[in-house]
Amino acid sequence: MTVKIIVTHKPGVLDPQGQTVLKNLQQLGHKDVHDVRIGKYIEIDIDVSSREEAEKKALEISDKMLANPVIETFRVEP
Amino acid sequence: MVFAVITFPGSNCDQDCIWALESVLGYTVRKVFHRSGSLESADAVVLPGGFSYGDYLRAGALARFSPIMEEVTAFAREGGIVLGICNGFQILCEAGLLPGALVRNRSLKFVCRDVLLRIENRSTVFTSNYKNEQEILLPIAHSDGQYIADAETLDMLEREKRVVFRYRGPIRPDAPDGNPNGSARAIAGLINEQGNVLGMMPHPERACEASFDRTDGTGVFTSIAEAVANRKMIPA
Repeated sequence: MTVKIIVTHKPGVLDPQGQTVLKNLQQLGHKDVHDVRIGKYIEIDIDVSSREEAEKKALEISDKMLANPVIETFRVEP
Repeated sequence: MVFAVITFPGSNCDQDCIWALESVLGYTVRKVFHRSGSLESADAVVLPGGFSYGDYLRAGALARFSPIMEEVTAFAREGGIVLGICNGFQILCEAGLLPGALVRNRSLKFVCRDVLLRIENRSTVFTSNYKNEQEILLPIAHSDGQYIADAETLDMLEREKRVVFRYRGPIRPDAPDGNPNGSARAIAGLINEQGNVLGMMPHPERACEASFDRTDGTGVFTSIAEAVANRKMIPA
């Protein structure tokens, strides 16, 4: 079972990569772009029988290792 | 005085630490591999700099799950002295032994140069040997050295005098406030609540030899040795 996890910076935590890309986009004339946030996309394959179990496991793994709760939040894509 | 220096896959300052502690300062060093389950009765532990596990996921995020970290955590919880330098600092934050986190430098650049540091607390087991020095010069070399924590945590660190080192320059165009990586409150090093765990981005082990014209790092290690010697004099 494949689970997709998205990890992003918490709101309020500065994302220097996102800010740099934002600045460049605005320089290119995209004045309507007012924020860019760069995160991580992680796919994991888990040997379990149900979707529910897979998502539960994914949340557990994310909380323990894939994301740092001090600076990041995560969600499992449905 | 016995130091344990931990080597993770991707550590690259372990040999510098071993050199400084053993050959320059004359202490005994146990070289401990990350897979080991023992700190070999060391009096203090050093987590060296480098790029453990390639800094994959986040700096220090994977090293923190190395088998030896269970020992290091137990050692720290019992009051053992643990020093994390650069990547070692990142590992200590990831392991929850120190609050906050270290993220990409605000400049997005790897910064490698000497920095002036103000010693903010000279009554720790890591700084007691810095007698009257207000400022010391140590090298930094990192991409992920921007220390961040929420405002409440930062206020607590200041209140409890847990900020041990603060960046003080030198003033350069890329760091007009003397803060080379954008760290909150210019924090370069801090201790845990009990005062026995220090994380710092600058490298004291690279500033221990007169022939390098840099000796300001020595005090960190001699302070630790003195603290350990004093503890041994007190009967348990």
